[in-house]
Parts: sequence; C-alpha cells; structure tokens
Amino acid sequence: MTHTISMTVNGNTCTGDVEARTLLVDFLRDHLNLTGTNIGCDTSQCGSCTIMMDGSAVKSCTALAVQANGSEIITIEGLANNGELHHLQQAFWDEHGLQCGYCTPGMIMASVGLLDQNPNPSESEIRHCLEGNFCRCTGYQNIVKAVQSASQAMEGGA
Amino acid sequence: MGKHIGKSVKRVEDPRFIQGQGKYVANINLPDMAHVAILRSPHAHAKINSINMSAAKAMDGVIDVFVGQDLIDGGVGKMPVIWQVPDNKIPDRWPLVPDKVRHVGDSVAAVVAEDPYIAADALELIEVDYEVLEATIGAKATTEDGKPLVHDEIENNISFKWGLGDREACDKAFEEADHVVKLDLINQRMIANAMEPRACAAQWTAATEDMTVWTTSQNPHIIRFGLSAVTLPMLDEHKLRVISPDVGGGFGSKIFHYPEEVIVPWIAREINQPCKWVATRSESFMTDSQGRDHVQNCKLALKSDGTITGLYAELHADMGAYLSSIAPLIPTVICITLFSGLYKYPGIWGETTGTLTNTVPVDAYRGAGRPEASYLIERIVDVAARELGMDPIELRRKNFIPKDEFPYQTPVAFLYDSGDYHAMFDKLEEIADYRGMRAAQASAKEDGRLVGIGVGGSVEASGYGPAATVGALGFYGGMWEHGGIRVHPTGKVTAFTGSHSHGQGHETTMAQIVADKLGIEVADVDVVHGDTDLVTQGMGTYGSRSAAVGGEALSNAAKKIRKKLVTLAAHLMEVSEDDLVYDDENGSVQVKGVPDKSKAFGELAFAAYSGHSLPEGMDPGLETAAYYNPGNFTFPSSAHLVQVEVDKDTGEIEIQKYVAVEDCGNVINPMVVEGQILGGIAQGVGQALYEHGVYDDDGQLVTGSMLDYTMPRADNFPMIESDRIETPSPSNSLGVKGVGEMGSITSPPAVVNAVVDALSDYGVKHIDMPLTSEKIWNLIQTNGG
Repeated sequence: MTHTISMTVNGNTCTGDVEARTLLVDFLRDHLNLTGTNIGCDTSQCGSCTIMMDGSAVKSCTALAVQANGSEIITIEGLANNGELHHLQQAFWDEHGLQCGYCTPGMIMASVGLLDQNPNPSESEIRHCLEGNFCRCTGYQNIVKAVQSASQAMEGGA
Repeated sequence: MGKHIGKSVKRVEDPRFIQGQGKYVANINLPDMAHVAILRSPHAHAKINSINMSAAKAMDGVIDVFVGQDLIDGGVGKMPVIWQVPDNKIPDRWPLVPDKVRHVGDSVAAVVAEDPYIAADALELIEVDYEVLEATIGAKATTEDGKPLVHDEIENNISFKWGLGDREACDKAFEEADHVVKLDLINQRMIANAMEPRACAAQWTAATEDMTVWTTSQNPHIIRFGLSAVTLPMLDEHKLRVISPDVGGGFGSKIFHYPEEVIVPWIAREINQPCKWVATRSESFMTDSQGRDHVQNCKLALKSDGTITGLYAELHADMGAYLSSIAPLIPTVICITLFSGLYKYPGIWGETTGTLTNTVPVDAYRGAGRPEASYLIERIVDVAARELGMDPIELRRKNFIPKDEFPYQTPVAFLYDSGDYHAMFDKLEEIADYRGMRAAQASAKEDGRLVGIGVGGSVEASGYGPAATVGALGFYGGMWEHGGIRVHPTGKVTAFTGSHSHGQGHETTMAQIVADKLGIEVADVDVVHGDTDLVTQGMGTYGSRSAAVGGEALSNAAKKIRKKLVTLAAHLMEVSEDDLVYDDENGSVQVKGVPDKSKAFGELAFAAYSGHSLPEGMDPGLETAAYYNPGNFTFPSSAHLVQVEVDKDTGEIEIQKYVAVEDCGNVINPMVVEGQILGGIAQGVGQALYEHGVYDDDGQLVTGSMLDYTMPRADNFPMIESDRIETPSPSNSLGVKGVGEMGSITSPPAVVNAVVDALSDYGVKHIDMPLTSEKIWNLIQTNGG
C-alpha cells in the first residue's frame, strides 16, 4: 500500500507515492533525485544525511517520508541562493573544511541548524553541536574553523 | 619552483561537494536499473548444507537469486592475491562462497530485484541450512594445536612466516647489552569506516559486448585488470571500462578487489540489465577489509647511556578468514622494513607469522604496516627512557640518524633518502615549549592532577614504489604511474592521471604541478582521473604515492610539452632553440634578452594543431604522456608532542595540547598537506583512544555498527598545531615525499606515551590500545587510586 505525500523541498512543491516504511532520505534521493544528501550509516550515527526540516536540522535516515508530509525541507541543493553560496558553503571551501566531500552536505546542514539557533557559538559549542556528524577525513579542525568563519561573516552581514 | 607549487590554492573540486553535486557511485541511476542485495553469513564458521531460494525467487519484483555455484558455473574466477610473500599458503576465496562460510558477513547468495527495498525483503526469504562449526579467533591463539582450521589444507592456520634483518648483529646486541627492555603489545583490529559505504554498479551492452563498472575504488585500472585477467575472464580488458568517480574516502579499505565487484557485473551480464549494489554500513563493518591486528612480542637492547643497539620482534598478524588483495605485504615487507625508525643502530631482527581466523580479512588501513612498526618502536623506546631515567626526547636524540649520513642504509633493506630529525625535534620543542610543558606538568602533578606528556616520532616509506623492487618483494604489478597532458588548440589543458583522488585534492594539486611546469594558470588545467577509458593506465592511490609518483609523471609529461613548444617556436621564429627561453610566468617562448620577440602558449598550441608550419618531422597536435617509475621510495618523517590529562574519577582522557611537525619534503599545496596531517592525526588518536574491532569467541563482530565501534568526534580534539620542516626528497624532481599516512603513523604512540606518562606514579608500564575510560579507571583502582 502506498501513501501520497506532498512537501516543499528547496522551495518547490513535491509530491510522491511512497510505502509507509520509505525513509525520508530515500524519498529525497530516489524519488526526487536529490542525491546531494548522502547515506553513511544505518543506525543514525553519522549525520551524513542531515537536512533542514521545518527549521530544524534532522537526520533524514531517521524520519519516514510520510512523517515529512506537509513539511518544509531544505537540502544541500537548496542552500545556495540564486547561485550565491551560503556563508557556510563558502566557509567550508575557504577553510578547507572538506576532503572527500561525503559528510559535507550533512555537516553543512547541521551547521546551518546550529547557526540558526546560536549565531555566535564558541569553539566548544560548535564541537558539541557537531558530535552527531562523523567526518573521517579532516579531523574536524577545519570544519570548526569554517563554522567560526561563517558565523563571523553572517554577523558582519547582519 | 614556479608560480603555483607551494601555494595554498583553494580546491577546485569543492564547489560540487559543497553544493551536493558529488558524483558518488550510489548516485548513479540508469534506466531499467536493477538492485542487488547480498545475503551475509550470520555465522563465523559454518558449512552450508543447502540453500532454498524458491520463496525469494517467487517474490514479486525479484528478478533472480544466485548462489556461489551459479557464479562458478558461470565462469567467475577466485579472488586474487596480488602481493605474495615466499611460501605463503593462499586459501581459495570465491566471490560468493559455494560450500562453507568463514566469517560473519561472508557472501552466501545474491538477490537482484527491481527495487532495493524488495531486494532486502527477498534476503529474508532465503533459507540456508547451516551446520555451525567452532570458530577460531586471535592472531596468536589461532595457531595453537587443536584449534579449528579456517581452511582444512592450511595447518595450524598459518599462512606464512617472514623475517628480515641481521640476526647475528641482533643476537650480539643483546649479548652485549647493558639494559634490555621487554614489551608485549597489541595493535588492535581497526575498521576503516570511510564515510561512503562501498558500492558497485554495472552496465552490460550485449550487442557490442562492452561492460562498464562503476566502483568505489582507489585504483580502477587495477580492478579492471583483476576483473578481466582473473575474476571475470569472459570480459576483455579493452572492452571493460571501470570508473571510480567521486569516492568518499578510502584510507586503504578501497584498494582491494572485492567480491561485489565480481558479483554485480556478472549479474548485469547474466540478466542483461544494469545493476547496482550499495553497502549498508552494517555490510561495511562485515565485509570491508579491516586493519592492523597484531600481537607483538619485542625487546630492545641498549647501552647504559641510552644508546640503542638492537631490536628483536616477533609479530603475529591476524589476516582474517582469507588473504585480501595485498594482505601478505602489510605485516611483513611494509612493516619490518621500518624497524630502524629514526635511529641508527645495527642489530635488528623482525619476523611475522601471518595467521588465519574466522574474522573479516585484514589488509591495508591508513599507514598499513607502518603504524604497527612505529607504535612498536616508539613505545619500547619510551619505556627504555623511563627505565633508564632519561628524558624521552633526549634518548631519542642520542640515537637519531645524523643529518649528514643521508642517504642512510638501514639494516632492514631501505635506503632513507633525506631527513633532519634533530631539526624536526628542535622545531617541535620550540613550538610546543617542551621545557615549559614539563615545568607545568610538575606543578600540576603536585596538585594531584594526572597530566602526561608524550612524544612520538617516525619515518615511513611512501611513494610506492620502484617497479623492480616491489616486484622482487612480491607484487605482481609495477608501481609506476602514468600522466597524460592534452593541450587543446586554444591553450587550455586536460591532464590525465592514473592516481585517484578520494579526498586528497588531486584535481587541485595535480593542476598546480601541470600549470607550474607549463607556466599557465591553474584554472586552465582540468584534471581527469578514475576512468579507465579516459586515463590510459594507472596504478591508483595508496601508500602515500600520488604526489611523488603520479605528480612526477605529470611533471615529466609537462617537460615533454615544453620541449615540443620550444622546438616549434624556434621553427616559427627562425631562431636556434639555444637562443630561446621558456617563460615560467606565462608559458610563452621568448628569444633570450628580447622579450618582445616571443610566441604565446596559446599561439603555439594553435600552431601545433593547425599544422600549417611545422618543423620537418614534427607531428601535428600537442599531447603527450609519461610513465614514471620511481628510483626509490620517499621517506617522510614526523614528530608529535601531546599533553593529556586523565580524570582520576572517571578514567576519561582529555587531549589538552597537540603539536605536530612533519617533514614531507617540498610541498605542492600547504593547505592540502596540513589537511592530510590533521585527518591522519584524528585517525591515529581514534586508534589510541577509542576504536577497536572486537570479536567474541564465536567470531561475532561485537562492534558491528557506528554505535558500537567508537570513532572520534568533533569534541574529542583541541585545535592541533601543525608545522613542517622541508628536506627535499632526492628521489624525484619535485622533491616531494608522501604525507597522507604520516599523521596516523606517529600519533598512536605519542598519545599512548602521554597517557602512560600521566599514570607513571601508578607504576604503569604499558596499556594496550584503545585507552578507554573503563580501562584507565580500572587501572587506577587496581594500582591504588
């Protein structure tokens, strides 16, 4: 049995027929072809699939697609504004906050969630917030620097 | 050095990653694509009596189900071992096992279905009648008489024995020693856990008999060779295209030729439909080749003044249930050859027993044999300093190979190319303020705080490697690299490298090399890698080889382009080549002393393609290729200093300060190099403090998820201070040495040394990794906290 769901993804209304068990991340990747959101584990540990759902950073492997019915979703593909990179995207690039790039979409989206709630976090607050996102390449240092740098840039621009 | 090498150029690959446009294998969707799921053994050791697939085959949406015998009947070959040591016993390993499973996760059957959810459901409907057998685990314990045999034909589960060194000099050192330090170490089982799980997709075109395989590999050309020569011999190499597009981290675990790379294309051809398999993380834990897992028994001979004279080490290396692609190399050739470490001493002997157990196969993991060597040396040297009452840096310095003795021939085969270990430690002590740290530590200890300072240093062989040498040591191929350069008629450039980037940033650093050598802009060079149809040949990326071997190949190709441009310019300007100079700033060719008389890079490129006026004998066009076979390995070195504090009440360890100084020779891109070092340190700290692949007595992988297998997180680190010295490598014209693995090689002993130092008042001599809070807390309780 399938369920018809509808949600706003990156500003576009998207509908689809899914099984009750379909994970949100599979709906985004397989139904909407938004493959920027990656899957890194099957136990909700790694955070690679983090997206923004109704203003909160959410691991999209841990939500069912039907739970997202009617919600507003932003994925990594929807973060730049008319081709202009989000401050966090720019900062990850500037600070060498990524290597293989696989954790990056989730890492950036988790950071979006952090800066939405706490625009000027301390280093330890950033590290604490990113505990739910694994990166195996960078040792996290340049990711932390990127979030600090984006925070400053956003403060400056506000 | 021109205008791009040595600059922290921002990475050209990043825009696609930060915008969610990475081209990972799991993202490939082809029309009519079917999905493969693989049934994994729940048992570590069991006979397969029968498999009933009828319910699975009858399920709606299931296309077919295959077992091991189907593939054998269909012509697949056994998984090859492409690095072997003398007299090693190689057990049979089929892509899908036909008769007996030998580790949890061994492949039993493959379902292909219209949808990945259906494929997973169908696995549940396959009934396997297993006859469960007793399992054997433990690198050393598995060799005991009476243990179950993983493979009936391999006695005592011993696959190979291998030794290296000067046994006579070693024995003499111990006979004449003033002091002998004994140490037993465990270098625990590690699981790489690249963030991208492995995946494989395949498309067969029956009409033309062409096969395309997409796979998460660090070396697609080697996979193409392995498939066409061994595992899928019905495929012709020239009609087989292997693509490793963006690969989300490897750390060694994606070097190897895996069973799924055989199963998926075989099924695609069988059902004449494109197929894809993507590992779940659980499958990664059960099937990605794992790392380390040594039991090491060693002793060090010294004079009373701290002069090291000899090292004797017996290693037992757990190879798992089968020998993975290059597994015999890891605990032997690449490990014991580094037993000289940073030190000049004559009496080294090391020997390895490679054993089989009912666990996931073990192969290269970041550092690959070198961390097992550096941990052994740097731990035992540290214990020696403590026992002799010497400062650990002082004892190390006393034994360093002096700067003026490079190139230095060690007693264990290698000829170290260059280094300055005193200068490296000078810089480390200066940046860290070592004396100040020791003073602060003394004061903290007076306050009852458990503060420890640890040092670690290492040298490694990178840039694998001279073809004849690796051949003599057991590799079936040659470890040269291929680089191609195509200058287009407008002067834009495509560079082709056989190296493979899975996070290293080659699209930037290789472009820097090419742009530098041609005097053009980085933005005018596009780097292509990871596709056997586009890149002529390649050996891939592992062993910290890309800059030193792949970079050198491109540099040599660029030199050929330059030569042709100068010849062409001489012809066009009607002057002698001797009167011309190549301008590294803009790629033009000028008449010496007459800058106005010149030909621009783009002008010459167009002239080469127009062919209107070429020197006699010159072919039109402007592209070339070079194979580079290195004359020697490169020998980067590093020195790390760590301060930790142990919480007496919880056993928790906090890293308070971490300083790292590396010598990787000349540097192409300092930002990228630092990134490699920071990431390597994080993985090494993971090994020292958190990570451990644990099997119970039945061979069950207890740490089979990211919940159970503890990896470092963002809040486990302070800001690490990283710096470099540069002793250029004489092994290549770029003067570069490998850097990708250095951090993970040096950090485990540095961290463990620091914790042992913090607990020295409890009489602690050694603690096996990982140094979990539980382990530390128990130690404090037992030793009188």
